Amino acid sequence: MWITVRLFANFRENRFKEARRQYPPGTTIADVATELEIDPGLIGMIFIHGRAAELDRVLGEDDVLALFPLLGGG
Amino acid sequence: MPKVIRINMTDLSVRIDEAPAEWAGLGGRALTSTVVAAEVPPTCHPLGPNNKLVFAPGLLSGTAAGNAGRMSAGAKSPLTGTIKESNAGGTCGRMLGRLDIKAIIVEGQPVAANTWYQIRISASGVVIEPEVETVGLNNFAVLESVARRYGEDKGVITVGTAGENMMMISNISTRDPEGKLRSFGRGGLGAVMGSKRVKFITIDQEGTRPVPLVDSAAFKAANMVFTKALKDHPVSGQGLPTYGTAVLVNILHEIGGLPTRNFTSGQCEHHDMISGEHMYDTIVARGGEPTHGCSLGCVIQCSQVYNDKDGKYLTSGFEYETIWAYGADCLIDNLDLIAECDSVMDDLGVDSIETPVMFGVAMEAGILKFGDGVEVLRMLREEIGKATPLGRILGGGTGHVGKTYGVTRVPVVKNQAIPAYDPRSVKGIGVTYATTTQGADHTAGYAVTANVLNVGGKVDPLSNEGQVELSRNLQIATAAIDSTGLCLFIAFPALDIAECLPAAVDMLNARFGGKLTMDDVVGLGKTVLKLEHEFNLAAGIGPEQDRLPEFFELEAIAPHNAKWDMDQKELATFWNF
Repeated sequence: MWITVRLFANFRENRFKEARRQYPPGTTIADVATELEIDPGLIGMIFIHGRAAELDRVLGEDDVLALFPLLGGG
Repeated sequence: MPKVIRINMTDLSVRIDEAPAEWAGLGGRALTSTVVAAEVPPTCHPLGPNNKLVFAPGLLSGTAAGNAGRMSAGAKSPLTGTIKESNAGGTCGRMLGRLDIKAIIVEGQPVAANTWYQIRISASGVVIEPEVETVGLNNFAVLESVARRYGEDKGVITVGTAGENMMMISNISTRDPEGKLRSFGRGGLGAVMGSKRVKFITIDQEGTRPVPLVDSAAFKAANMVFTKALKDHPVSGQGLPTYGTAVLVNILHEIGGLPTRNFTSGQCEHHDMISGEHMYDTIVARGGEPTHGCSLGCVIQCSQVYNDKDGKYLTSGFEYETIWAYGADCLIDNLDLIAECDSVMDDLGVDSIETPVMFGVAMEAGILKFGDGVEVLRMLREEIGKATPLGRILGGGTGHVGKTYGVTRVPVVKNQAIPAYDPRSVKGIGVTYATTTQGADHTAGYAVTANVLNVGGKVDPLSNEGQVELSRNLQIATAAIDSTGLCLFIAFPALDIAECLPAAVDMLNARFGGKLTMDDVVGLGKTVLKLEHEFNLAAGIGPEQDRLPEFFELEAIAPHNAKWDMDQKELATFWNF
């Protein structure tokens, strides 16, 4: 299945901003993080199609996954 | 003994009193709101002789506490008709702390309409003199003039031409450690200072000694714990110093909460061009500074120095709200143009939220085109800056422009512009906009934390459940933090690291020798909110105004098709504490 992965802030360093990538069925968000060598402990926000999701969520075809470190402002 | 300086602009007299004993535990917002609530008739005209403009450093101002460089300004707001507190960094809070001045209260109004004054405050007293040289000049010229005449090391509180012309969008500016500007931004306080014909106030700390501490060893120990928490938390220790507050652009776009094209969408196509990540890359490529503080003793350093294409200084303190409002709400896809707008707004002395949100409504009204940053710059300089009739209409703020041009999509609460988080997709911040005593203000109870950022828990941003309680707890905590002189961004570590806030309380006790507990600090926050609320009720700003504009209920916003649908009765439970 194809997933769009968007990375933000320092997660982009030596990786990418946005990429369309292929994963086997049953892939979780944690699997994607591992594959991208992003320490799950550093992930602050996860969104699929703009809604919050957890690391153990199983991804579906054409999901848009956004990964952010913990960030804030205001 | 701590002093209170009263400056009467009607008869140009000065009184310096010992601070009343009951003000001992008050500083910053707690003190400005206490003075305004006790001494300003709630029904007075905000630009008349009965309003008072109060400046108060925080309880920790002048000490070595990390991030304690904020100072409050308060009055009845001409924009909202409510009580108002607005705080800023810069150098004055620290100086007033060292001078042991608890408050400066500017009262009355000169009879002669065309005479302007300067006020100079030092350890030896207060001088009021007529001011001519800087009248009609903007803030950067005022700073230059003050530095030349009185020295580079003075603290400065000033209004630009917008404040002189008593525009509702005007702010009060203050000098930062590098001679640039920081702002008491919201609520039109520049107009109040202009109505009292005060062009600038200087603060001179010469001859002062370090602030005395009752227990300096305990203070030092608590400050170490406190600053360690600020450095350890990923938001205050890494995210904010690197990317500044503009890192929020991509986050809010992603979750559909980035108000775009005058609040008609929650996402903006060119979000990456105006993002914190893009800003960081631009700053580094041009030899600017991504990491920079607004006041001495700042550990977080969320400010930055943004240079132009030729590597020359363009602006600093370049905030998410400014970038969002011009970039997404007005659709200007050029960060350099937005930075130039930021600098011009600093110079004129206008609020960098009210002004661009107003331009979004002006664009919808057809006064100028969406995306036309060049025309925005022209209007800032030539219309607002020269107080032409159109400039005065624009200078009246978002609500004023909406009324003048018959626009119904006018994002204000209590006539103050709604900032950078759409309340339909981030419902907790909608509760804050509706209920805060200040008019729409995200900083009053920043529910974006638990709604979006996963700081201090998690509350679904698209559900109404739990939002009133979230906003209430944050508003109480914020009112307390705003009274200490601490920067609100200490809330990020404070919400997640257990020892952070107790360390701040330990510093208060070590400074004054008291026995404050966390409960006392929460109690202070509640007291402040309640006295502000009572002022507003007496001013005629009742519960029927604790609501969002109707268009949020009528128009669903992309991408979540979200509307504002919180029951008004549920909103009213906010005040059950």
